[in-house]
Order: sequence, then structure tokens, then C-alpha cells
Amino acid sequence: MADTTVEKRRTTAAEPAWRAHGTARRSTHTLRLRVSAALVGVTVLAVLLVPPLVQLDQQAVDLAAKLRPPTWAHPFGTDDVGRDLLLRCVYGLRVSLLVGVVAALTATVIGTAVGATAGALGGWADRAVMRLVDTLSSVPHLLLGVFIVAMFRPGVWPVVISVALTHWLSTARIVRAEVLSLRSRPFIDAAVSGGASRWRMTVRHLLPAVLPQAGLAAVLMVPHAMWHESALSFLGLGLPTHTASLGTLIQGARGSLLAGQWWPTLFPGIFLIVPTLAVAGLAGVWRERINPRRRSELML
Amino acid sequence: MLELRAITAGYDRRAPAVRDASLTVAPGEAVGLLGPSGCGKSTLAKVAALLHRPDAGTLLVDGTRVRHWRHRAPRALRTAFGVVFQQPRLAADPRLRLADLIAEPLRATGRREDVRDRVPELAGTVGLTTDLLTRRPHEVSDGQLQRACLARALVLRPRWLICDEMTAMLDASTTAALVAVVEDYRASTGAGLLAVGHDRTLLNRWCDRTVHWDAVTSGAAEKTGGGEPAGHVTR
Repeated sequence: MADTTVEKRRTTAAEPAWRAHGTARRSTHTLRLRVSAALVGVTVLAVLLVPPLVQLDQQAVDLAAKLRPPTWAHPFGTDDVGRDLLLRCVYGLRVSLLVGVVAALTATVIGTAVGATAGALGGWADRAVMRLVDTLSSVPHLLLGVFIVAMFRPGVWPVVISVALTHWLSTARIVRAEVLSLRSRPFIDAAVSGGASRWRMTVRHLLPAVLPQAGLAAVLMVPHAMWHESALSFLGLGLPTHTASLGTLIQGARGSLLAGQWWPTLFPGIFLIVPTLAVAGLAGVWRERINPRRRSELML
Repeated sequence: MLELRAITAGYDRRAPAVRDASLTVAPGEAVGLLGPSGCGKSTLAKVAALLHRPDAGTLLVDGTRVRHWRHRAPRALRTAFGVVFQQPRLAADPRLRLADLIAEPLRATGRREDVRDRVPELAGTVGLTTDLLTRRPHEVSDGQLQRACLARALVLRPRWLICDEMTAMLDASTTAALVAVVEDYRASTGAGLLAVGHDRTLLNRWCDRTVHWDAVTSGAAEKTGGGEPAGHVTR
């Protein structure tokens, strides 16, 4: 009897400390989650609602008002041909976000398909596919991306293709590793014994199990893909200069920065950094929820 | 007739888990395989169920030599074996409801029309109530999940049952219930049974014949025939 009371007291004494630790961790998660979600929400609303609601022409040139610093009429100032930079930034964000999301989704689909095929087939097919992945990984992917865009006329789709074709490798590795570890589980043995074909085993049992990992990899890749678009456009290889994207805006503003005009570079820069950090923050919270141990493995 | 002849199998050719093991299960016979943990009896059970390719040796099913394992094995031969594993948590796809778990072999072999009749029938046989069938594996107990796994093993009416430590995780009453289900099935279909375990009391009562692992690997299993293996205590 005495023993049980001592035991009980011990557990109640230990509990608050443990709880407090848990709550502290959770509250930082919640703060990060809320801030990130709010920023992503604002970004998505801005790119979806501003163009149809605000009937202003982002291409409207006003040579009388070129390179004006921020004023009430032009909160972000104007660029070297007098176009409103706030409007240009919103349109640029729209293009960059589109490129980022489409490229990340395409890369994830390719990576998941390749990784799942290699993992499910095993043997020489697996070895051949993974050596190809290793070979492609050994080439710097910005260089490979530059090579791919150089084969097409400048435009949105070459950039999407270039980013997608150079970014499926890490997803393929993650998915293959997951599939390999799942393949040796008894529930796969049970499926084989129950007459499941290779295809059914993969589609019914393996892919649903790797989907959360693949989805997370896709979200983590969106900011990365946006940065790639900006890098390619900045190098003059991505989008044509008249198409507003965050990369082309920053590229076009290079000259005026040296003349002391900071606004054409600063605002597109903020528009690039804030949404990418917000998306990365959301993905980070998600990653820690589904898999607290694998932080380092999923770094993209 | 299920004949394992001089099977050597494992996960590393230099250190096989099973070396030179031989065992025969006659049609309708129940054979219990006893052995200490880690001796390789589960690996041998997987070889017998066509789930693990042996490095050497022969497996004969009704006199025909098996040449292909896992997906390469003909589907009719693969599904002639119903397998129940030791840990139901690992043997059940965590995303499937119990009804889908039991129905999965029917769907995988293109017998969707049987799902409606066979699933409730088997659930009744193994003692699962209807409300449990809509739950997922993490929402039921080990015993309930193992009942579902047994139902899944029986759903294609296999000619051989391979029970790998089927009752190791279960309490006495669930053990008795599941053994009774297996025995009823065998009595009505004449299926053979290979039960692997380390509970010699249970296997002696359950099976027509129990064989100790040492006898399997020394080749004595074929000579001793029936009765209890002499001289060994399962560690």
C-alpha cells in the first residue's frame, strides 16, 4: 500500500516537467505554423485576387515617372520605364509561384515513379536506375538546368522542365529507400502469398505508404524551385525579360542599384524571400509532425 | 505432399540461417516444428510458403519441384498456401480496414464477386463482430487483428496452412479459439498444416506429429515419424 502511494506521487511529480517541455515545443511549433500559414495564405490570395480585381496594366509604361522612389501613388516605386513595381512584383510572384509549384509537382511525380519502380523491382533494375541517379547527382544541377533551358526558346515551360528534370533525384532516393524498407515487412509477404501481382503490391501497399514522404518532399521543393527560376532568369536564361518574374525583376534592376536606386531590387527580393521562407516553415512543421527523426535526411 | 529436402536458406550466403533442413508434411497432416528462437524455423516456414528463395535444396509440392519463389511463382501455387505470421501488427497493412484486409486476396486474384459473401462468413468463423470489420489495425487488439489475419489466410481456401508462431502474442483463450478455427478448417477441407512454434505443450496437443529443429537439420525428421521428439528441451 505504502509502495503504491510512493509510486503514484513520483509519477505526478514527474509529469508536470515532462508536460511543460512538451507544451513549450508545441507552442513554438504553433507559432511557426500560424505565421507561415498566414504568410502563405496572403501570398496565395494576392496572386489569385489582385490581377482580376485590380484593373491596372502591369506593362503600362510611364516614361515621365521612371525610377521614382516609393510614394503613395507607387508604394514600391517605379522601374526604369516607369512601370509600377508593386504591380510588377505581384505579377512576378504569380509567375514564380506557378513555376515553383508545377516544377515541384512534376519533379515529385517523376521521382516517386522512378524510386518506387527501382525499389519494387529490386535486383539489376534497381542497381541500374540508382547508378543513373548517382551519375546525374554528380553534375551540379544548376549547370544541368542551364544546359536544359539553353535547348529551348526562353519561356515558362523550359524553366519548369529544367527545374523538374534536375530535382527528381532526391525524391527518387527517398521513395526508393522507403519502398525497400517496406518491402521486407511481413504485410508484403502476406500480400505476395495472397496472390498480389507486383503492380498491385506497389500500387495498393507500397505507394500509399510513401505518399506522405513524397508530398512533404514536394512542398519542400516549391521554394527551392522558385529560387531556381529566379537564378535562371537572373542569368538571363530563364524567362524573357519582358515577362515579370521575381528573377527578371531583380535582373533588370541590377544597373539602378549601383546608381543608388534600391527599391527595384529590394522589393522583388522581399517578395522572393518571404513566401519561400513561409512555405519552408510550413513544410518544416509538417516534417517534424510526421517524422521527427529524419530531419537531416529530408534536407533539400 | 509438401517435401522440403536439404534446404539451405538465409539472408547472407556466407552465414545461412537454415542449413540442410529436411521436412515432410503429408496431405491432411498437421506437423509441429519446435525450435529455440533464432534457429531458422521461420525462414524455413517462409521457404515452404514460397516466400523466400532457398540458396540450395529442393521443395516439392505434390511431387512437383518448385522453381520460382515470390512473385515469380505461379499465382495458383502461391495462393495454395495460407500464411499466418507471428506479429499481426506487422503482417497487416496499417491503411486497410479489417474487411479490406480479409478481402484483399480475393481482390488481388480477381474474385471480387466473392467479397460480399466470404468476408462476413469468415469474420463469423474466426469470431470477429461486424463492427470490428470497419476498423483499421491500430483500432483493434492484437488478438482481434490476428483473427483477421487468420481469416485472410483462409479466404482463398488454401491446401496448406503455414502458421509461424501464430499464437505467440496471444492469451490462452484466443489461442484456443484460433487453434479450433484452424482445426475446423482442416477437418472440412483436408488441408495440411505446418505449425512453427516454441510452445511444445501446445504443438503436441495441436499437431499429429511434432519435430524438433535438431531432427530437421540432421535429417532425422524423416525417420522418427510420429510422436514426440526424444531428448530435447526447447530453450
